[in-house]
Amino acid sequence: MSPRPGFVLDVDRSTPPTLMWHGEGFRLERLPAGSRIVYPSEPFEPIEDPDFAIRWALENPMGDSAPLSALLHAGMKLTIAFDDVSLPLPPMRAPDVRQRVIEAVLDQAATAGVDDVVLIAALALHRRMTESELRHALGDRIYDAFAPHGLLQQHDAEDPDNLIHLGLTDQGEDVEINKRAATSDLLVYVNINLVAMDGGHKSVATGLASYKSLRHHHNVHTMQHSRSFMDQRHSELHSSNWRMGRLIAASGVKVFQIETTVNNDPFPEQFSFLAKREWEWNLRDRAAFLAVSASLNRTPDRLKRNIFNSMRSPMGLTSVQAGEVEAVHAATTEQVLREQLVPVEGQADVLTMGLPYICPYNVNSVMNPILVMCLGLGYFFNMYRNKPLVREGGVVIMSHPTPWAFDPVFHPSYIDFFDQVLSDTTDPKEIETRYEESFATDPWYIHLYRTGHAYHGVHPFYMWYWGSHALAHLGRVIIVGGDSAAVHRLGFKSASTLSDALEMARDVVGPHPSITHLHNPPMLMAEVT
Amino acid sequence: MIREALTGRRIGLTGGTGFLGTALVERMLRSVPDLEVAVLVRPGRRGAEDRVRREIIRNDCFDRLRREWGDRFDAEIDRRLLVMAGDVGTDGLGLDEAGLEILAGCDTVIHSAASVSFDSPLDAAVEVNLLGPSRLAEAMRRAAGAATDAPAGATGSPGHLIAVSTAYVAGTRRGDSPELPLSETPFSPDVSWREEVDAARRVRADREAASREPAQLTRFHKQARQELGAAGVPLLAERTERIRQDWVSKAMVDAGVARAQSLGWPDAYPYTKALGERALLETRGDVPVSIVRPSIIESALAEPRPGWIRGFRMAEPVIISYARGLLKSFPGIPEGVVDVIPVDLVVAAILAVAANGPDPAGPSVYQVASGATNPLRYRRLVDLVQDYFAENPLYDADGQPIVAPRWAFPGRGKVTRQLERLDRTLTTADKVSRSLPLRGKQAAWTANLEERRNQVDRALGYVRLYGAYTETEARFLVDRLLELWDRTDAEDREAFAFDPRALEWDSYVQGVHLPSIVTHARVRSAPGRRSTPNREERGRRAVLSPDRHMAVFDLENTLIASNVVESYSWLATRRMKDRDRLGFTVRALREGPSLLALDRKDRGDFLRHFYRRYEGADVEELRAEAHELFHTLLLAKSFPDGIRRVRQHRALGHKTLLITGALDIVVEPFQELFDEVICARLSTRAGRLTGELEQGPPTGEARAQIMADYARTHGLDLEQSVAYADSASDLPMLEAAGHPVAVNAEVKLATIARKRGWHTEEWPKAPGYSTPLLPLAPRLAGRARR
Repeated sequence: MSPRPGFVLDVDRSTPPTLMWHGEGFRLERLPAGSRIVYPSEPFEPIEDPDFAIRWALENPMGDSAPLSALLHAGMKLTIAFDDVSLPLPPMRAPDVRQRVIEAVLDQAATAGVDDVVLIAALALHRRMTESELRHALGDRIYDAFAPHGLLQQHDAEDPDNLIHLGLTDQGEDVEINKRAATSDLLVYVNINLVAMDGGHKSVATGLASYKSLRHHHNVHTMQHSRSFMDQRHSELHSSNWRMGRLIAASGVKVFQIETTVNNDPFPEQFSFLAKREWEWNLRDRAAFLAVSASLNRTPDRLKRNIFNSMRSPMGLTSVQAGEVEAVHAATTEQVLREQLVPVEGQADVLTMGLPYICPYNVNSVMNPILVMCLGLGYFFNMYRNKPLVREGGVVIMSHPTPWAFDPVFHPSYIDFFDQVLSDTTDPKEIETRYEESFATDPWYIHLYRTGHAYHGVHPFYMWYWGSHALAHLGRVIIVGGDSAAVHRLGFKSASTLSDALEMARDVVGPHPSITHLHNPPMLMAEVT
Repeated sequence: MIREALTGRRIGLTGGTGFLGTALVERMLRSVPDLEVAVLVRPGRRGAEDRVRREIIRNDCFDRLRREWGDRFDAEIDRRLLVMAGDVGTDGLGLDEAGLEILAGCDTVIHSAASVSFDSPLDAAVEVNLLGPSRLAEAMRRAAGAATDAPAGATGSPGHLIAVSTAYVAGTRRGDSPELPLSETPFSPDVSWREEVDAARRVRADREAASREPAQLTRFHKQARQELGAAGVPLLAERTERIRQDWVSKAMVDAGVARAQSLGWPDAYPYTKALGERALLETRGDVPVSIVRPSIIESALAEPRPGWIRGFRMAEPVIISYARGLLKSFPGIPEGVVDVIPVDLVVAAILAVAANGPDPAGPSVYQVASGATNPLRYRRLVDLVQDYFAENPLYDADGQPIVAPRWAFPGRGKVTRQLERLDRTLTTADKVSRSLPLRGKQAAWTANLEERRNQVDRALGYVRLYGAYTETEARFLVDRLLELWDRTDAEDREAFAFDPRALEWDSYVQGVHLPSIVTHARVRSAPGRRSTPNREERGRRAVLSPDRHMAVFDLENTLIASNVVESYSWLATRRMKDRDRLGFTVRALREGPSLLALDRKDRGDFLRHFYRRYEGADVEELRAEAHELFHTLLLAKSFPDGIRRVRQHRALGHKTLLITGALDIVVEPFQELFDEVICARLSTRAGRLTGELEQGPPTGEARAQIMADYARTHGLDLEQSVAYADSASDLPMLEAAGHPVAVNAEVKLATIARKRGWHTEEWPKAPGYSTPLLPLAPRLAGRARR
């Protein structure tokens, strides 16, 4: 039986309460009759023999590219870059797709007699991965073979000795990327494409770039002109990356792109009710929900976080493409959209969403208020094509505990951003002009980024810019069940229940609002007509 | 009449910097044309002239005169205010030639200098109050004698000495107290004032000697140690000596009260004043003398302006403590008389006496008091105060009104017992909390406790000292004063009013006195939060001023919530097997208390002892592990506000310095944060640590030295340095800095910081992020484990 596609449910009196994510927990909320709920599709069937599919893809490349085996020869310099810990979400059960792909690439390299091989985690300005995270992504065999010899590297966007400036795009954008990668005879990039934005030229042009290069598209202007950044056709972010990617190719950097898609099956068996439609819950699902909710209510935050952070997703490989970047990416995007795209008619006055415990930037950590904003207004809001799910001047209601909590190891600059910047202004443009440079060039943040496990000093700014399109579009943002002090610092309104939040929304959009609920994750992208 | 009589004369004055003295100077300059005032003041650090300018002329008493005179104010002051440098506490007043000459030119001298504090040490009160008047009389005779030889037009005979005494020389006995020399009244214990002087001086010598007994010194040292902890030898020594001096001083105060009470006076002040009067009358020679005895002098009724007051006097702290809800009751007899007299009435009376001149029949006494003719009953006063604060409450720090308690009229014994009980409870609580390892907010709470205890102590002090004054049943007669009043004309009565019968207590207390002392006490009398930056913000601005030169930081509990023991245990367990980790943890927990005790005793010894454990560790391996330690445990336990503060200092161009007893290997990553890191270093042999320090660890007073050296070599000013630390063992460093900051202070330091008004900071760990309970390294995967 083929999986059922995503669809829009009209809420009536017989509709059971809707499950909403609420950080490390859930809420069951009854939406007013007449509301609409956008459901994702059911997960596609995974490929039965992923290793075979990978090897087949490497030998049957797309676009203007020779098979991988033909590109490898003894004496060459090979670099394999791979997506970092921000993908996939949640982290998948071992073996990770990256491990499968890289093992296949390394087998071929060994056969061809390549002995100069370096692996690079494509961090951009993300934190360096920990040993256990690397072991999880690559497997012990690869880790132990490369790491002790310094051949498993993490991209350092602040290392002047290992960056190379390749030139300016026709728009005057600096293209500066990892030197080892750029000067290799072949650069293999291994992607996991979870959403439509991932992959393509963005892999190298962003993942292996320096701050100098990134700031050309990671800024308020670009983000406000990417409507949405998930939609390649209307994304300034996408265009900029494509200009850079083409310049990288033109500079003679030979990239062999490998992109993989995974199915929409993020949660393990005991949480299977999360991916089911509420009226189809059977006795076991109800029991599981009750048991999980009841025990979570009694669990301290720290332990709750540990429980969720140790969740490993059973997601399976649904496609793998290899070869020339643009051809590969076209096929990948099609695959992603096929599973995630849901047609929705018309915009609503109010968009509600439940935010889960995880986003790309708090893997194995706590979701701080800035990341809550980024997940809701950056990611979820932008999961659309054509036009946003909510009308201009409308209201977004997000459900998340939004604790005033920060990870001092991973997010040191976030703490200062929250205390110093957001207490002053929440306007993205003003933040960019007045504060970005001092954080981006702060030597202490750079030191922690380069030597520890800290996100770059400028990263919280990017998180804020990510939501700038939504901020400009919306009339009000309300967070349900959040720490009200933290919510106010974000510049949002705080409500204790969904019905309170809807009352507050009525002040902005009128007494009889149309309401759409985004039932996400599992991931979906709305095609709004 | 008074004005004419005084015009063109020169009047000498002692005690010009006091409450009554300042009012006298102002009134004489303002109300009598061409009168010269010659004030005798102790030369301060910057000389007598400077002291007169700062402590008399700048007082708001002169605001009216400044307004009236306008541009000619300074010139007039220069012309009419003469300054004699001298001290009534030393024989001969310490006058120089110039001073003597000025004194010789005074036809009247008003002696207003006194040690008015009711709890001054016995010998100090004796020197000033008892011997002061006689010394002045002697100096006037000497000046007159010198002037006889001089050709210039001096009179050759000494001027009129008006000695200001107190109505309470009569003690607290019942009945009428007439305006007569004490010897002619029944209130005169038969003691020789000379013997009292000798005895007071002897008591001082005895107490000094007693304080130097070895057992006492040991006790003082122990107390210093309790207060400061392991703060290093020089600071402990300094503190010990201070405690000894305080002890002597306290003993002298007690001796004064005891001696006074044994003779029927409530405390040392009226006792020494009484004997001072007698000594003056005995030794005055040919100096004509008048004695003016005011009762309790309070704020001005009208001159120079209603409510003017100087200094915090007797009733004010009691009233303010009451209005703030701190003092719940004060003993007193409801129908008893509180003999209060506004300062301008006393000033006018003294000037009337001066204008009147000496009584040819011999020394005369005038009392300036209200009790006999216009009594203010204690109950009435209490009602007025209560009603006033019910209408105009004070406000607490949150801008909420404070409800003042209803005042009962308990006996003195009951109040004292209550307060003593509270004092005992608080002392015990204080002791208990001091022995607990508290810091930050809890420590501040303990410091609060100490403040509360001080308040109770103070209240107890008020009750002990002033209780007698609300229980006075003596009536101070004012017949001679009223005789003088009857002789004044209408103009005088307008300009120099001193008739106590004219006082209207209700309007004086509620309309003049209370508003004045509320303003004076700088307590909050308006609701709502303050709009001006609070203390904390001002403190922060001061340390982050661009004028500062350097900022010095301690590490443990100042920037990170961790210590050398945690670091060690993390590093040690990094490569252990599970079974060993458990054993290690148990051992470490068992050892904890003894290590803590050693640390409290001497930080340097503790580090030397503890670092032995690193003996034999591989340096390179340790360095790699320490890197992980820093980026996981230390950073997780860091205080983001603290780290930010370091960077703020750097951004302002200040040199930043980290001084810590932690190991170089552990704190190496901090090099990036600071301009310089000074830490402990272990010596190595063949790539392995020996467990011995290369040189003494940077702890205690060594830190102050390091700071000073660094400042000198970099040409920085220590006065412009900021030091951040959490513990009393860092005191030498904090004291060396111009701007000390107590961060997450433990109890001892919190108490010290509060006392000295140091800026304090509360730096928490990253909010909402919990760190592991035990400082064990995460288990390593795969083969890295041994």
